[in-house]
Amino acid sequence: MDRQSIIEHIPRLRRYARALVGDRYVADDLVQDTLERAWNKFYLWRPGSDLRAWLFTIMHNVFVNQARRRRYEIEQAMDELPAVAVRATQGDHLELEDVDRALRTLSLEQREVVLLVAVEQLTYEEVGRTLGVPIGTVMSRLSRARERMRQHLGGQAAPSLKVVK
Amino acid sequence: MKAVTEAELHAYVDGALSETERAGIEAWLASHPEDADRLRAYSEQNALMRSLYGPIIDEPVPASMLELGPRAWTRYAASAAVFTLGIGMGWLGRGVLVGPQMVQVSLARQAATAHIVYSPEVRHPVEVTVDEEEHLVRWLSKRLGTKLRAPRLGPLGYELVGGRLLSGTQGPVAHFMYQDARGQRLTLYVSHQKGEPRDTAFRFSQEDRVSVFYWVDGNFGYALSGEVRREQLLRVAEVVYKQLNP
Repeated sequence: MDRQSIIEHIPRLRRYARALVGDRYVADDLVQDTLERAWNKFYLWRPGSDLRAWLFTIMHNVFVNQARRRRYEIEQAMDELPAVAVRATQGDHLELEDVDRALRTLSLEQREVVLLVAVEQLTYEEVGRTLGVPIGTVMSRLSRARERMRQHLGGQAAPSLKVVK
Repeated sequence: MKAVTEAELHAYVDGALSETERAGIEAWLASHPEDADRLRAYSEQNALMRSLYGPIIDEPVPASMLELGPRAWTRYAASAAVFTLGIGMGWLGRGVLVGPQMVQVSLARQAATAHIVYSPEVRHPVEVTVDEEEHLVRWLSKRLGTKLRAPRLGPLGYELVGGRLLSGTQGPVAHFMYQDARGQRLTLYVSHQKGEPRDTAFRFSQEDRVSVFYWVDGNFGYALSGEVRREQLLRVAEVVYKQLNP
């Protein structure tokens, strides 16, 4: 039984959880719940398959269930500090905070996709398997998420003005 | 030129294309400046998110997470079961009767659990009653190692009942209880927070029937819990915060 191989993935699970939910305590709770579930379900893991993807899948399921059950209202109504310690020079400090804030404006589904692609650097196929959705869904969530973040970050939104007479 | 798909544009940003495919997209972008701008913005988002969240991976892993395995699991399940049987309150009880290293329980959840355990008490809701308020505050201040104050919530209809000392995952906890004329109780949970001092905004969590507003101020975490509506609790939380940060 490979306890060590699960432990090796904890830092990545924590990173993903923190970026996903924002709050350090809630994120570490999510990781803890994921680890306990993984341990109990370890017999379901097929040796040779990707353990990391399997753990991300468990985290996704735990997260979705908790979000449903506890109605987390993470940073949705309240204004929020950036979730992570920002170590940066003065110049790009704001941009980093902005990107965190932009991320919080996304739906949970969009946020999961964009983080798995951009931060965890999973392939689109892996993201689809992790979240249990077809790749077309991954691509449309990714596309909407990126465009929404771009608008939030002040990039030029595609002009959609109609000429009004 | 063959039109490219939206999916191909994203694959370009994420480095998921072969060299030939990349060249095809680059040719497209040369004549489609709007797409080029958009893709530049997406690449920048990737870079910003990586530099923002990347360093989390180097943080030390909490000991509780390394206790993974049958032993930890058995203790976890056993304590949760005992606790649940003992007071019959379901999943909120998990991980409460724990050693300091066992389960990382969030501030909100710990506070809600303490609220559920102590607020229904008729005879012993508190250890020290409001009659000895000065002693109570001095005692809890000493145990937490800071100068505490029990906020005055009279104008909102809540009077201090008293308080007690609890044990939380991060050490001693001061627990103040308030009650209104109808017997509705609110509790204020004050606990030491390990690590770098930091401040957070108000956060809200719904833990079963209990609403909790919580925040971290320097080295202390505060959580106000009650089985009341969110807006109602927020009004009280704001007053508490103002009194603690005059």
